[in-house]
Amino acid sequence: MSLLSRITKFASPAPFYDLAEHVIPWCWIIFYCSLLAGLVGGLVFAPADYQQGESFRIIYVHVPSAWMSLFVYMCMASAGIGSLIWKTKVSDAFGRAVAPLGASFTFIALVTGALWGKPMWGTYWVWDARLTSELILLFLYLGYMALQNAIEDARGAARAGAILAIVGTVNIPIIHYSVEWWNTLHQGPTVTKFDTPSIHWTMLLPLLAMVIAFTAYFFALGLRRTQTELLAMEPRNKWVEERLAI
Amino acid sequence: MGRGALGYMNFAEFFAMGGYASYVWGSFGITAAVLCLNGLAARLQRKHVAAEVRATLAERTELAP
Repeated sequence: MSLLSRITKFASPAPFYDLAEHVIPWCWIIFYCSLLAGLVGGLVFAPADYQQGESFRIIYVHVPSAWMSLFVYMCMASAGIGSLIWKTKVSDAFGRAVAPLGASFTFIALVTGALWGKPMWGTYWVWDARLTSELILLFLYLGYMALQNAIEDARGAARAGAILAIVGTVNIPIIHYSVEWWNTLHQGPTVTKFDTPSIHWTMLLPLLAMVIAFTAYFFALGLRRTQTELLAMEPRNKWVEERLAI
Repeated sequence: MGRGALGYMNFAEFFAMGGYASYVWGSFGITAAVLCLNGLAARLQRKHVAAEVRATLAERTELAP
């Protein structure tokens, strides 16, 4: 079996399902371990900020969820490309499965951002470029989910969703660079820039742990939901019967 | 009152979060709630789909001679 066919076999439902079965438990282990490290490091060991005091600790849920909101969208759009070009069931299922997770991360980012903004900026919300484009991202996720639910035929739904996801991709660099391109209330980049991070390592390490935790969580649940979507897509197929008997 | 190496004297200070308790614990609380809800939703969805599939398979077995 060539290397390429070794990889592409996972575009088929049954091999993907089985691979996910193996990967998911590891994702949960990584999630719980890095979550513990991130929470203890961020809530207990990281020193208070000299300007923001203890309120800066919101960073440990706000930033990871914001990054995930972008990362999950890119996954969803990539699945969309797979759905349009190669028309694989796995990409259809994966796109459908991860949308609610992406929407959840976006929601958390917006709400925790508001809770951080109130004590620090004096307001829960402002229509600056970063916040507005992140809100639009939430609408994109919700629109994608509504679209999928509205179309009965699974393949048709996947194609329509894929087009929406791909067109909406333009929002991602807008969100990311908004703090550089426009004069925003939201602060500029601290970590994702071509320079040493302008945050002390005692504060940075728990943040990285939380990002790893959220990513592991996303793959654990995302893969699980993809498995469920695949089962729903092929109820009469033998491989489904075999997996459910286990 | 000196501050320990961790900056907190006791649990009371930890929970107070320097006066920002509602914002900090509110944020962590919402995050925990949403992540738990997603976990539950995934589990419920799996149960629901498994039941549907089993029903479909049972139907097929009944119809087959």
